[in-house]
Amino acid sequence: MHSYRLTHLKELESESMHILREVAAQFENPALLFSGGKDSIVCFHLARKAFFPAKVPFPLVHVDTGHNFEETMIFRDNLVKEHGAKLIVGSVQESIDQGKVQEETGYYASRNKLQTVTLLDTIEKHKIDCAIGGGRRDEEKARAKERVFSHRDEFGQWDPKMQRPELWNLYNGKKRPGEHFRAFPISNWTEMDVWQYILLENIPIPSIYFSHVREVFDRDGVIYANSSFMRLKPEEKPRQMRVRFRTIGDMSCTGAVDSPASTLEEIIDEVASSRVTERGSRMDDKRSEAAMEDRKKEGYF
Amino acid sequence: MKDNSTHGYLDMDLLRFTTAGSVDDGKSTLIGRLLYDSKAIFDDQMEAMEKASSKRGDGAVDLSLLTDGLRAEREQGITIDVAYRYFATPKRKFIIADTPGHIQYTRNMVTGASTANLAIILVDARKGILEQTCRHSFIASLLGIPHVVFCINKIDLVDYEEATFTRIQKELEDFSSKLEVRDIRYIPISALKGDMVVDRGDRMPWYQGPTLMYLLENVHIAGDLNHIDRRFPVQYVVRPMTDEHHDFRGFAGRVQGGVFRKGDAVQVLPSGFQSTIKSINLGEREVEEAFAPQSVVMTLADEIDISRGDMIVSPNNAPETSQDIDVMLCWFNERPLQPGGKYAIKHTSRDARCMVKEIKYKMDISTLHKAEGDPTIRMNDIGRVHLRTTVPLHFDKYQRNRYTGSIILIDESTNETVAAGMIV
Repeated sequence: MHSYRLTHLKELESESMHILREVAAQFENPALLFSGGKDSIVCFHLARKAFFPAKVPFPLVHVDTGHNFEETMIFRDNLVKEHGAKLIVGSVQESIDQGKVQEETGYYASRNKLQTVTLLDTIEKHKIDCAIGGGRRDEEKARAKERVFSHRDEFGQWDPKMQRPELWNLYNGKKRPGEHFRAFPISNWTEMDVWQYILLENIPIPSIYFSHVREVFDRDGVIYANSSFMRLKPEEKPRQMRVRFRTIGDMSCTGAVDSPASTLEEIIDEVASSRVTERGSRMDDKRSEAAMEDRKKEGYF
Repeated sequence: MKDNSTHGYLDMDLLRFTTAGSVDDGKSTLIGRLLYDSKAIFDDQMEAMEKASSKRGDGAVDLSLLTDGLRAEREQGITIDVAYRYFATPKRKFIIADTPGHIQYTRNMVTGASTANLAIILVDARKGILEQTCRHSFIASLLGIPHVVFCINKIDLVDYEEATFTRIQKELEDFSSKLEVRDIRYIPISALKGDMVVDRGDRMPWYQGPTLMYLLENVHIAGDLNHIDRRFPVQYVVRPMTDEHHDFRGFAGRVQGGVFRKGDAVQVLPSGFQSTIKSINLGEREVEEAFAPQSVVMTLADEIDISRGDMIVSPNNAPETSQDIDVMLCWFNERPLQPGGKYAIKHTSRDARCMVKEIKYKMDISTLHKAEGDPTIRMNDIGRVHLRTTVPLHFDKYQRNRYTGSIILIDESTNETVAAGMIV
């Protein structure tokens, strides 16, 4: 007797491929938001599977804060070259130069919040009607309520109380001109699922996810990579340390973890035994209890 | 920790379940216990909850703060929406669709139930069957959830008495004979004290059945999907137009029923043309067969015009085809269903429009009887409705196949999803 059973990763994969195809079918000009982090890399991998042997039928959009890890940029450019993908870069520096946003000042200055303006400008400029993101519901409490097909009004705002019910696998992508959608194909994946899938499918990821020695400094219990983008307080003394990154964002808001994990298997063991969520090292979420919700309402990722 | 490591993890399957109940029935406590005992609550989440609870002056940590993530929910202490929570044991991965009991219960529960393999319905051991128990059970049955578990909760407050459990089970059995659920279980639990949730405890030696966690980990779900009637709604046509794949025309979709094998004879709807399956691809890998719920790309031996919204099926087992469908409709919107009104309709990968020809009756979801009086279908109402569609739909009855038997209606002026329907 043949067993028609899918493992949970294969079922999640199948669901995500279905969502990506719905996006391609329901929208005229979708794009995949690509940060060079593991979640967007997995989304791109799923998109390649969903449309093979054709190329992924939408471009990648990178909202570039200018405060990047160099390793991530090299990775991004290689991936674009290898798969013949189209890349659109929205530059936060440009938004600052144009006077659309003002750079934060002080030791805690971050370009994280400024990205929203650049993101919305990029969406408008390129007439993107659906921006696909790697957000997951297990990541953060405001994300737990997000739909797979998530409506944005003409100002790019999310209204969590007016969300459309989403049933079975029927996704309603209808909208008025000027509005757009965000789509989250890996909504139902957890951090562990993403790592296991990367291992299972042998998906390349940037080297900074693995343990390496770099110059860091400590601030408020978070280990930061030292770089020219960071302004150190007099008492903060950079030191060499063996670290890796559990998430990859802008350098000014991504904390490192003290870790010897240098293979995917070791990362998975570390994630399995970890007692804090991956966003525990993200300063952008710690600004207030509803930091993510506030940014999302304005149009953040 | 090694339990989560790679080998076991790659062999787990996925169980989606809903939890239904209303305020004070211990639902948050139960979910909190499942998550906490399976180590799915992290230290920084615990810390954040403790901080928020003490800020509100609560003595104990309120686990609902874990997913009541929106500012309004936190301020008002309510759950606005379906919240999805995730946890895993070494045997299975679980997705909980946690639905609030008090406001918009039907809309939220229907949404959460639409993809669930199993429903947990909490019954307070001191109160027995309430109107809401009937309502939740009926929705579980209507939405075709294959497994329903009645948890007789707060058994500690009736001194772990067997007689109370037996009496409530008997009442539930009588009531459930009206339902179309094939697998119904009854478990006495104390979510607060932990009895029969993850551990058996030693206070109910008279109960010989499984704990809730054992049931969740072991209930047989491979048979929940239809592996008999071959259904492949075409989502997207893949045309690489490269030198290497110059003439390639693949049909991308998700198998919604049956098993498709290379070489199988198939029929395409609505054209009726027949062909055979030339290849099946899952990503770069060519596979011999595809079954529900796999997402694949198929090519056929003959050049047939196929586009999104078409369905590839077996030549001798076709779905029904009609422009007239009868549905059990759950209404989600503040503006009531308009008799004679026109709506956009989505069914599998097909988009069409439809007209409401007739409201046959409104359901009293507490008694499962037809409601007397005003037949207007308002928010959170359920009724049987006859729809006429602009193009024929290829469908199965919902009880036969959840994915080819379901529709949603969209208000064309607001683009809101206003209703979900199960084809009867």
